Amino acid sequence: MKVYSTARTALRALRRNPMRAMLTTLGIVIGVSAVIAMMEIGAGASAALKKTIASMGANVLVVRPGTASSGGVSFGSGTTTTLTPEDCQAILRECPSVRNAAPMVRARTQVVYGNRNWVPNAIYGTTPAYLDVQDWSILAEGEPFSERDVLNGNRVCILGKSLVRELFEGESPIGKEIRIKNITFKVIGVLSPKGANMMGFDQDDVIVAPWTTIKYRVTGASLTNTNQSTTAATDSVNTLSNLYPTVQPSLYPERSKIQEANNPMPVRFANIDQIMIAANSSAEIPMAIDQITGVLRERHRIRNGEPDDFNIRDMAELTKTLSTTTKLMTNLLLAVAMISLVVGGVGIMNIMLVSVTERTREIGLRMAVGARGQDILRQFLVEAVVLCLAGGAMGIVLGHGGSLLVKFLFKWPVETSPAAIAAAVLVSAGVGIIFGFYPAWKASRLDPIEALRYE
Amino acid sequence: MDLITLRSITKTYQMGDISVPVLKGISLSIRQGELIALTGSSGSGKSTLMNILGCLDRPTDGEYWLDGQETSTLSADERALLRNGKLGFVFQSFNLLARTSAIENVAMPLSYAAEDLSEREARDRAAEMLVRVGLGDRMNHLPSQLSGGQQQRVAIARALINRPPVLFADEPTGNLDSKTSEEVLQMFERLNAEDKITIIMVTHDPKVAGHANRMIRMEDGVIQGDAPAAESNPELPGGAA
Repeated sequence: MKVYSTARTALRALRRNPMRAMLTTLGIVIGVSAVIAMMEIGAGASAALKKTIASMGANVLVVRPGTASSGGVSFGSGTTTTLTPEDCQAILRECPSVRNAAPMVRARTQVVYGNRNWVPNAIYGTTPAYLDVQDWSILAEGEPFSERDVLNGNRVCILGKSLVRELFEGESPIGKEIRIKNITFKVIGVLSPKGANMMGFDQDDVIVAPWTTIKYRVTGASLTNTNQSTTAATDSVNTLSNLYPTVQPSLYPERSKIQEANNPMPVRFANIDQIMIAANSSAEIPMAIDQITGVLRERHRIRNGEPDDFNIRDMAELTKTLSTTTKLMTNLLLAVAMISLVVGGVGIMNIMLVSVTERTREIGLRMAVGARGQDILRQFLVEAVVLCLAGGAMGIVLGHGGSLLVKFLFKWPVETSPAAIAAAVLVSAGVGIIFGFYPAWKASRLDPIEALRYE
Repeated sequence: MDLITLRSITKTYQMGDISVPVLKGISLSIRQGELIALTGSSGSGKSTLMNILGCLDRPTDGEYWLDGQETSTLSADERALLRNGKLGFVFQSFNLLARTSAIENVAMPLSYAAEDLSEREARDRAAEMLVRVGLGDRMNHLPSQLSGGQQQRVAIARALINRPPVLFADEPTGNLDSKTSEEVLQMFERLNAEDKITIIMVTHDPKVAGHANRMIRMEDGVIQGDAPAAESNPELPGGAA
């Protein structure tokens, strides 16, 4: 009742001078609408930025095999041969934070088309999931290969833009055949250009093909065993019918069927060079790492206390850029918001001071009929808060409308943020209390006799 | 028992190093139902006495008993509560809230009252008060739409809304012409006679003072004369001239 009647009194007092009340709130209206519009447009921009950075691979994880060593000699990262395509499938199946995963084998060797040749940065053997993980699904030309191509080990490939430039000279490569280590590959697609990555590595200088084809027909072994020189081409004659042209001559005498049956050689599973994994979002990367570690340790039968036989790497640099950018944006918006609200608040304080002076007689009268200091204080404080809240409400409508306008006129990304609206309401009430307090306090300290006599 | 008792009230204002005594020991007692005119020349201290009687100010020294309560030691908030419940004020310049209807002006002191009335009860009480001062048909008029006499009657209604036993009027007719002055004074007499409200008027107009049944004359901070006024001043406005 007391609050209600005080609010009514405040409204009545404001209605007595509607024009001035309007102009006074204008500061807050502009402040709050600026805050809302900035927050919404800024949130949209920040989301777009995040998306762009994420497309550079901020939520990508790379699992590589661990280090093998023998007799104290370490063979360097990626030298154990325990990572398998089945691991990749298990990760995809069992880790909820993982969006997609692609096994990869890598090769680096000469590529020939007609009378031209080139050694691309990398030849990736993988699955169609790779394109999704790398956010590369939209091709410049042609089509990606399918799961069936992977299962069959089909000799198809997708070329990067740089390779097309080097080998085809403006010709369309689709349907043409190139040779990688004397194996013919049919070009079925061209990757959209990506340019260099942060390390200066030309990402367009690549060939993407089914991993089975690369593994079994091109490298015939894991990356560690591959002779990486460009002259690695076999000296045996390519008959095109030889499924494994790079097979090495056996070191041991051939065994008979009976010998094989009696002493079966341990089966060597296909090992892969790395697994590329996309987490659901960059925020879920730590979770994804935990889940992948759990799955792989179990599959590789690693006991508690023993070290992992694999490494998981995230794009820490990108993630850091991402969080720094977001933080910077938020702080910038906050600074702008603060300035406009302080300006609005000073406007409120100014008018409230004028109002107190102007209404000195009214204050004296109210005191004479029994208003205590705190009643007067409350009355003026409520008036200021009502002004600010009304301004805040108008500001929310205006700011939201403004950001929608920007969305439709300039096609900027805009994100409605309820948090910003709640903050605007709180802040405008806060501004009312802070900047309304001094004038209200001044009013409450008036001497009723002096105030009544005031002309 | 007396409604108001003053015992050697003094009031001294401090102007820098100089102390200016305004009231120099006032003792006075007022019974319930008196209609008092407080007169005196300008600077005689009557306004200061009025402020002290009205609990707007505190005496420097002395005792002030109002309705059995010693008030000179009360805090500002306690005095505000006292003013709200036991004292009514009518001013020379009416002091109505501009752009606020008569009924809302009258109901205003209720919002500071200790008793918690609903909005509706407050309006009913204010309407009843306005009817009593003869403005039942002007409830929603703004002060600017009322004549001086009507405005002063709204002010009287406002002063009486909390049913105080004492009503202070500071030059209540100072801004009114003689006809409306007469109306207002007759209203004071009626309130005094019918409701036994103690009325204390500050005035220097002998015509106004003539309506009182007790006249207190101040001079230079002390009471010069205190007498029942009826005999010296017959109740005719012309008689005092």
